[in-house]
Formats: sequence, structure tokens, C-alpha cells
Amino acid sequence: MIADIQTMMWKEWKEILLQGGRRGQWNLLITIGVFGMFMPWQFGAAWVTSPMSLIYWAWVPLFMVTVVIADAFAGERERHTLETLLASRLSDRAILFGKVAAGVSYGWGLAMVSMLLGLVTVNVLHGRGHLVLYSPGVGVGIVVLSLLSAILAASAGVLISLRASTVRQAQQTLSLAIMALLFVPIFGAQALPSQMRDHLATTLATAGASKIALLVMAALLILDMALMSAAIARFQRARLILD
Amino acid sequence: MSDSAVYMENLTRDFGAAHVVDDLSLTVPKGTVFGFLGPNGAGKTTTIRLLLGLLEPTRGRAEVLGFDTRTQADEIRCRAGALLEHSGLYERLSAEGNLAFYGRIAHLSKAQCATRIQELLTHLGLWERRKETVGTWSRGMKQKLAVARAMLHHPGILFLDEPTAGLDPVASATLRDDLLALVEHEGVTVFLTTHNLVEAEKLCGLVGVIRQGRLLAVGPPNELRTGRGASRAEIVGHGFDAEALALLRARPEVTGVEQQNGRLLIDLRGEAEVAPLVRLLVCAGGAVEEVRKGHASLDEVFLSLMKEETP
Repeated sequence: MIADIQTMMWKEWKEILLQGGRRGQWNLLITIGVFGMFMPWQFGAAWVTSPMSLIYWAWVPLFMVTVVIADAFAGERERHTLETLLASRLSDRAILFGKVAAGVSYGWGLAMVSMLLGLVTVNVLHGRGHLVLYSPGVGVGIVVLSLLSAILAASAGVLISLRASTVRQAQQTLSLAIMALLFVPIFGAQALPSQMRDHLATTLATAGASKIALLVMAALLILDMALMSAAIARFQRARLILD
Repeated sequence: MSDSAVYMENLTRDFGAAHVVDDLSLTVPKGTVFGFLGPNGAGKTTTIRLLLGLLEPTRGRAEVLGFDTRTQADEIRCRAGALLEHSGLYERLSAEGNLAFYGRIAHLSKAQCATRIQELLTHLGLWERRKETVGTWSRGMKQKLAVARAMLHHPGILFLDEPTAGLDPVASATLRDDLLALVEHEGVTVFLTTHNLVEAEKLCGLVGVIRQGRLLAVGPPNELRTGRGASRAEIVGHGFDAEALALLRARPEVTGVEQQNGRLLIDLRGEAEVAPLVRLLVCAGGAVEEVRKGHASLDEVFLSLMKEETP
């Protein structure tokens, strides 16, 4: 099973890297350059020391996975490779997990590379003789949060891609879903009665950043598990053939 | 059943009210190249999907290489190679990359995979172009590569769904020859669907004719031709007037007469002799230049079956 998942990941990675030819590879380097060099250079030491770093490192893999994951099944369907893949000896789980793992490793991997490069950039340009590092709590938080958000985007993307008939349709639906995920809590909080909103603000202020981060991680973990379960339930060979 | 590569017993698949595959019972012995003939929408592709366990039958059952399609589909897919409706190749990858992916799926070692890729691509004349991106290839080359992919892991059975569809006559003939050589070399059972009767006649040792999901006839192409088509005479000449044709039609051994560009096509009952008919034509004032006698082609058998079954 593990070998089959790796095989699926190998193929997905090859396709991701070959997507768009040389331009696609340049886009990849530009993305790393923006998050690993340009932004740390602009933000200075705050890029590392600010607790806000937790938020943007949770967002970066979400954005990166979204770019590639819509292709997972909708792309195979659109390019008429899905039926041959389904007629192979690969199990349902190996195909599904391989595609999710490829998306996660791409988004999370790039986020981690960019984060480490950002750390080097900040120290070289803004270090002033001191070593600027993430606090252990923030460092662990970034690693875990970005992983959970990458899994969220990958599992949501695969679920949407399983249903979509074209890559474009999958990308549009996934973008809407991610936007909803980001904006519904904000607008939801705005819509609360002022008394409740004040109470929520006080609770969050007194809870502290680490408790809030843990709460967000728990929520993401539950969401990830729910979406993966839905994708597993939706992945049926006969249904995919007839779709 | 142990000697059969494919065994179907009342196999049925419905989509809503439509019986796409309707009560199919058929046995394909191991080592046979079986041709499944039928017009578009006859149920050929659905039958392959049922045999690969990609769809479940509504009724009946089927076995492939002794494994039940409903409960042991994974075992079947491990042992089968498939070239389905589309070539299923990853166009961004090279030919070698495509085969390497399916080699990894089949758990071939790197060395085994490399040797097998070289063997197949050399056989199919694609070895020199193995590094090229498949997206730039012609359809004929893609189909050849898809055949190589299907045979990569030495399958016990090969499912080919209209492998020459959309190819020009030259590419079709090349693929057919390559396929035949490869199949003979590897001794694999082939389950081939086609509506190309020349292809069926050249490749297949056994053919089945399907229409609207029902099996109409099954047997070796020769038997089907002799069994169904009785014999036919073709007489080339001139001066065959209406009176001569009427005399011919009146003969008890003649079932039909058709005139085409100075040729007479005469359908005969059983193995009737042609000499008395030639004599009759000459006596009626006709000039006979050439006489040929043979059986109906598979094409004609197929068409007659289609006509018989048309509601």
C-alpha cells in the first residue's frame, strides 16, 4: 500500500513539475522567491518575530495546494487517463491517498522551503549581528498549522475534483470553497449581536495566542478528517467510470 | 472453467430500463484471440468494464482467469492488461515515463522494468523515441505505446477496446501486425472489441457478434462464414439480359441474384454447383469471361446478422 501511494505521488509530482513546461518551473521559483526572499526583505525581523507569521504560514500552503490539486481527478478525466488508471491494480485508497499526499507534499514542502529561506534572508539582511529565530512555540505552530492547512486544501480539492467534469470547474469550485472558509468566520463574527461579539473578543483576548492557535489546529484537524472521510466515501470506481 | 480465460454466465448490465449487456453467456479459452464484434452502442465497452470489475453486473456472473469479477476484481486487474476506449497515456510524460509509471504500479524492479521497456519498445519500433513527450506523437504511435503499456507486466489476458479506431489504414495495418506478432510471441489471451471486420478476420481465432447487448453468434471466423453465408458465385461477363436473370432466379439452388457493374453476384443454397448456371447463361446469349466461387465474407455475415436482428 505504501509503495503504491509512493508510485502515485511520483507520477503526480512528475506531472506537477512538467505542467506548463519551463514557465511552470519558473513560477515555482518565483513563488519561493516571493515568500522566501522578497517578503522577508520587506517585512524585516517582524517576518519572524511577529505572531502573525502563524497566519500567513497557514495561508501559504492553502494557496499553493489549491493551484495543483484541482487537477487530481478532473485532470485525469479531462485527459482521458482516469479509466486506464482505474483498470490498473492500484487500490482505491492508494490512488486517493497518493493524490492527496502529492498535493500536501507540494504545498507544505514549498511552504517549509520558503520559511527556511525567509529565515536566512531575515538574518542576512536584518540580523544586525543577532540570530533572529522563531520561538519554539511559533516554530512548531507554523509546521503543524501549515501541514493541517495543506491537508485541508488537498482533501477539499480531491473531493471537489472527484465530482468535477473539468479542471476549470474544479478550480472555480475550490476557490469558492476556500474563500468561504476564510470569510465565513469573519462575516459570521460581524453578524453576531454586539454583546456576543464583545464577549467573544474578551474571551479570545484573555485566552492568549497559544490557546487560540491550538483551537484553530483542533478545528482544522476535525475538518481535515471530515473531508478525507467524505473523499474516501465518494471514491468508487464504478461511479467514477459512469461520471 | 479452469481452461477458460473468460467465462460469462447470463451476464447482464442494465442502465435504467436499458439492457446494455443482456444475458451474455460465453467462454473464451486461454491463449485465444477473441474478437467481440458489434456496431457502436452494442455493449462491447460495457462488457470489458464488467470483466475488469470496473462495473458490477446487474445479474449473472463472470470470471476472468478463474477470478470472479464481483468479488476478486483486484486479482483480475493485477493479471490483466488493458487498452480501453482512450489510450490513457500521460501526454506530459515521455514514453519511457509512461511505461515506468505502470511498471512501478506492477511492482516490477527497476532492472526488470528497464529490460521490459526496451524489449517492448524495440519490438514496436519506438525505442529511439522513448525520451520524447507523448503529447507530440501521432495517434498511431500512441496506440502502439498503449499496447506496450498493457503488456508491460506480462498479463495473462489483454483487453483491447477498438485498438485501431481512428487510425488511418496504414497505421491500422502496422498496429495490427505488431499486435499479432507480440501476441504470438507472448502467448497471451486477447479479448478484443472492434467493428473492423478485416481486423477481426486477421487477428481472431474466435469471434462473437453482439448487438443491443445480446450475443447473436459465436465461433471461428471461417465457421461463421461457411455456416451462415452459404456459398456465393461471382460471374464476370456481358450480355446478361433480364430474361437470363429471370431464368437464374427460377433455379432451386439460387437464393438471390444481383447485378453490379457487369458482374453477377449469385447466392447459392448450400454447396450448389456453378457449372449448370454458367451453361444456362451462355445458352441465353450471355458471354462469360470469369467465374469465382466462395463463401460470404465476415463482413457479409455480420451485416446479415445485423439485418436479421433489426427490430
